[in-house]
Amino acid sequence: MKFSLSWLKEHLDTDADMQAVADCLNRIGLEVEGIENPAESLSAFRIAKVISAAPHPQADKLQVLSVDAGGEPLQVVCGAPNARAGMLGVFGPAGAVVPANNMVLKVAAIRGIESNGMMCSIAELELGDDHDGIIELPDDAPIGQVYADWAGLDDPVIDVSITPNRQDCMGVRGIARDLAAAGLGTLKPLGDVYKIDLSTPLEGSDPAPNVRTDDAAGCPAFYAQSVSGVRNGEAPEWMRAKLKAIGQKPISALVDITNFLSIDLGRPLHVYDRAKLNGALVARKAVDGEQVVALNGKTYALDASMTVIADDTMVHDIGGIMGGEHSGVSEDTTDVLIECAFFDPEHIARTGQKLGLTSDARQRFERGVDPAFLDDGLAIATKLVLDLTGGKASAITRVGQAPLTPRIFAYDTDYCHRLGGVDVAPEEQRNILTRLGFSVTDDWAVTVPSWRRDVDGPADLVEEVVRMVGLDNVVSVPLPRADGVAQPTATPAQSLERKIRRTAAARGLNEAINWSFLPQKAADAFGGGAWSLANPISEDMKVMRPSLLPGLLSAAQRNIDRGASSVRLFEIGRRYFVGTNGSSDERATAGIVLAGDKSVRNWATGKSAKFDAFDAKAEAIALLKAAGVATDNLLVMDDAGAHYHPGQSATLRMGPKNILAAFGTLHPAKAKAFDLDGIVVAAEIFLDAIPLKKASDFMRPAFTPPALQAVTRDFAFLVAEDMPANDLLRAIKGCDKDNIVAARLFDRFSGQGVPEGQVSLAVEVTLQPTDKSYGDDDLKLISDKVIAAAAKLGAVLRG
Amino acid sequence: MDIETLQTELMAAIDSAGTLEALEAVRVSALGKQGSVSALLKTMGGMSPEERQTQGPIINGLRESITSALAAKKAELETADLNRRLATERVDMTLPAPDAPRGTIHPVSQVMDELAEIFADMGFAVAEGPEIEDDWHNFTALNIPETHPARAMHDTFYFPDEMARDGQKMVLRTHTSPVQIRTMTSQEPPIRIIAPGRVYRSDSDATHTPMFHQIEGLVIDKGIHLGHLKWTLETFLKAYFEREDVVLRLRPSYFPFTEPSVEVDVGYSVINGKRVIGGSEGWMEVLGSGMVHRKVIEACGLDPDVWQGFAFGTGVDRLAMLKYGMDDLRAFFDGDNRWLQHYGFNALDVPTLSGGVGV
Repeated sequence: MKFSLSWLKEHLDTDADMQAVADCLNRIGLEVEGIENPAESLSAFRIAKVISAAPHPQADKLQVLSVDAGGEPLQVVCGAPNARAGMLGVFGPAGAVVPANNMVLKVAAIRGIESNGMMCSIAELELGDDHDGIIELPDDAPIGQVYADWAGLDDPVIDVSITPNRQDCMGVRGIARDLAAAGLGTLKPLGDVYKIDLSTPLEGSDPAPNVRTDDAAGCPAFYAQSVSGVRNGEAPEWMRAKLKAIGQKPISALVDITNFLSIDLGRPLHVYDRAKLNGALVARKAVDGEQVVALNGKTYALDASMTVIADDTMVHDIGGIMGGEHSGVSEDTTDVLIECAFFDPEHIARTGQKLGLTSDARQRFERGVDPAFLDDGLAIATKLVLDLTGGKASAITRVGQAPLTPRIFAYDTDYCHRLGGVDVAPEEQRNILTRLGFSVTDDWAVTVPSWRRDVDGPADLVEEVVRMVGLDNVVSVPLPRADGVAQPTATPAQSLERKIRRTAAARGLNEAINWSFLPQKAADAFGGGAWSLANPISEDMKVMRPSLLPGLLSAAQRNIDRGASSVRLFEIGRRYFVGTNGSSDERATAGIVLAGDKSVRNWATGKSAKFDAFDAKAEAIALLKAAGVATDNLLVMDDAGAHYHPGQSATLRMGPKNILAAFGTLHPAKAKAFDLDGIVVAAEIFLDAIPLKKASDFMRPAFTPPALQAVTRDFAFLVAEDMPANDLLRAIKGCDKDNIVAARLFDRFSGQGVPEGQVSLAVEVTLQPTDKSYGDDDLKLISDKVIAAAAKLGAVLRG
Repeated sequence: MDIETLQTELMAAIDSAGTLEALEAVRVSALGKQGSVSALLKTMGGMSPEERQTQGPIINGLRESITSALAAKKAELETADLNRRLATERVDMTLPAPDAPRGTIHPVSQVMDELAEIFADMGFAVAEGPEIEDDWHNFTALNIPETHPARAMHDTFYFPDEMARDGQKMVLRTHTSPVQIRTMTSQEPPIRIIAPGRVYRSDSDATHTPMFHQIEGLVIDKGIHLGHLKWTLETFLKAYFEREDVVLRLRPSYFPFTEPSVEVDVGYSVINGKRVIGGSEGWMEVLGSGMVHRKVIEACGLDPDVWQGFAFGTGVDRLAMLKYGMDDLRAFFDGDNRWLQHYGFNALDVPTLSGGVGV
């Protein structure tokens, strides 16, 4: 919402300067987003007289002017067709910056003739669009004076952000009222501002226009008045200047009047060209499929939920949102019908949302205009039409009734302290509320003014009081603190996430945060997404991710495109599924992608090393370990998913069903789909599958170091090539738990001496004696158990 | 040859031995089976007791002095050998050591940990909620009915109607505020929580990304008022920015789910052309907050005449930018290794109150 300081002062009697006004606006909740004074950028431009104008010897379209800008006459080359001796205009000397293009004017030769500046057009000074010629000023304009001062442009324009609850401040008058209540000045009576007596209706003798409402829900009240014999020329300079100052383009007197009142009083109106109407003008629901070409030139298809204003022939207005092109006023208009209606905010909001159409009118109606301001609004509009375009007013038609039920709340002045935390004397509270237009009885029944639709309870009254007293006066009060030091607050799931994150980073991985949404194709390639947005911002951000890997792979690819030789990325975030009851099932997951070189070429070996699936496995195991999982007991099984290399991937399971992690080499086709060359390995840790640590029992199991030295024995077995080595290790570990504490694979060999189709696995077995050292017989016994356990798997001890 | 001469000769031989081999030859010639000193020792068997008494110490003394001279010479030669070998083993220690990759924590995670730490001290637990929300939790329960103009401020991402649940349209949460509702409907007051997480708005330009992070705070108790809110925000921002000169400016504002609503600006100073929190040279908006609206408390099944409290929300990414100086939000979600290395945090830089939450 923009307005100029002088505009504000039409309603507010105050000596406050711009800064005081801005500070007060911020203090009472009308946030100042910007202040611009057009005079500041125009301070160098002065009023000047063209003393003489002669043709340029080298160019047909240029003239050489002699210009008096209040000093020695200056020679200026000018291309404007309207430049001529005797005229007054605006001169920019050397050094001035042209607002439209930020060009610094210089003394320069133009086609061989020196020019000492520029005579300016409206467009060059950003005061309008007109660039057909240079500005022409009246003969009495004071030569040499700063143009902006003379033209009244030294008038800062304030841009205020109005929160959606404050419809009353969608007009300059409402803002003035709030400032007055805050003590910044006095609100001038509305009748004085418009020089109108609002106590008697402004009614003429012509018959009242034929309007009605058939849609009491959407348009509960429809007031109208006609004016005949108007001449729709330009609006007067004062109105045009105000509109231009806030960036609106003046169009014609009738259009400008409605735009002006919308800004000035927050009161949208519509003016129809009566010559284009046929029969009664009726507020009704649209018929499905009905269409209207709106004033923005676009055609809108309407449905039966939307309120329109129509005559016997067609729809002329999307009620409360935008008028129709057909019956819009033009310079030929002679008879008009002025509509001042009340539209239901919810209806307006729904229609506006459906049509995707915003307008100044919608913004005001959907927030809720003052339902008690129909008569005054219409009277002021009619007065302006009569004053600015002439003509004769008709009688007034008033149909329906705007919702005027008074809202009265019992108010307890202590509530101000209990909720607002600030003590304000009851009488002061009464004064504040009264200044804001509330009426307060002796026993504190507070009636809300008709224009404050947002106030619907005592808490709002507290807000009004606190706002006016100033939030600076609210004193900080510490929250009561529990005894003792702060209690731990993280849930087990949060602690788990933190451990995983910091472990991953400690292992050299970089944490990325990727979009939660994926392109359809990427989601499909990784299991398919359950949730697709109806209104994605782009096709690349459409499907909620079923896996963290696509995001990480895209990031890896971007890094490699930027020249990274090695990429180690991880992310902790959610995957999105549908729960059994249709709600969102969001599963915490850690994803890891390793791409490029594991280690770059170095002087010691001269070679770089590549990642392989075991690097991914190492990360998965390390993170699970950090999460407190006994990783030695996990099952290593296939079925990591189609996005992995079928022969170089696996899952880690706690029991056959509970998959804690998947890892492996990425399927080459998938890597290619992400433009990744070479081997890419990945791991996924499904945090939701990891059993959470129960409320902590800090006590650890007792530990006594064994008194006797452990011994190791090596075994080598021949096994079938496709037998999982882990099976052998598990069998050995499990065959004599009293003595065997570890079994570690230290060699895997095929080739010379090993039969075709077989492989030799060498295992170091650690034996821990408890009460006495092993004798030869003991060792033989254990050794036999190991060999027997291996034999069950078809493993043969190598001789 | 008398013993004295023998000793002199042997000592000279030991001294002049240039290698361990030469020294060994001297040792054998003196102390070996056929050695000159061994021969002298053998003569002691045939001596009379008187003779042995005078000759014994002399011969033994000879043996001892030769033995220790041999040992000393051996040690000397070995040291020289070792030094020679070490001299050949010299390596250029300016050669680079093997690279170990340096991992990093994303600034958003780090800041969330910092916030959890600060608020834990004030008794706030960390709550969570789904990112795919139903319309009721995201809007209606927060006093934002369908036709409310505030909905237009939210640029909501919607899921198709067929994904609706119990007649509720599903959306990507536009703020972390639905966690307020989920907390109030699932636990008894008093409540003190913060709720950090991803939120989504269909907005994308230089300063907006369609996904970003917010943190929500909620206190529901008896007798909580705006003064408590002010203290909490001041205390939090001072702790987070680790400065005592953090100045807040509270402005009345509007959020449908709070009444009164308060927008919070924080003062900054300009140092080396950058805005630094602290002082009051200028103001920037950092937080939205207010007293929880009666209707919201009611919607959660609590009695607003008994329970009241405050809520606040702010952008985590923005807090990170203000503290650590990043100036492009989009980079947060790009996964650029160089950016992560530059702005990321060491794994062991865990925020603690005793160590200071900032790094």
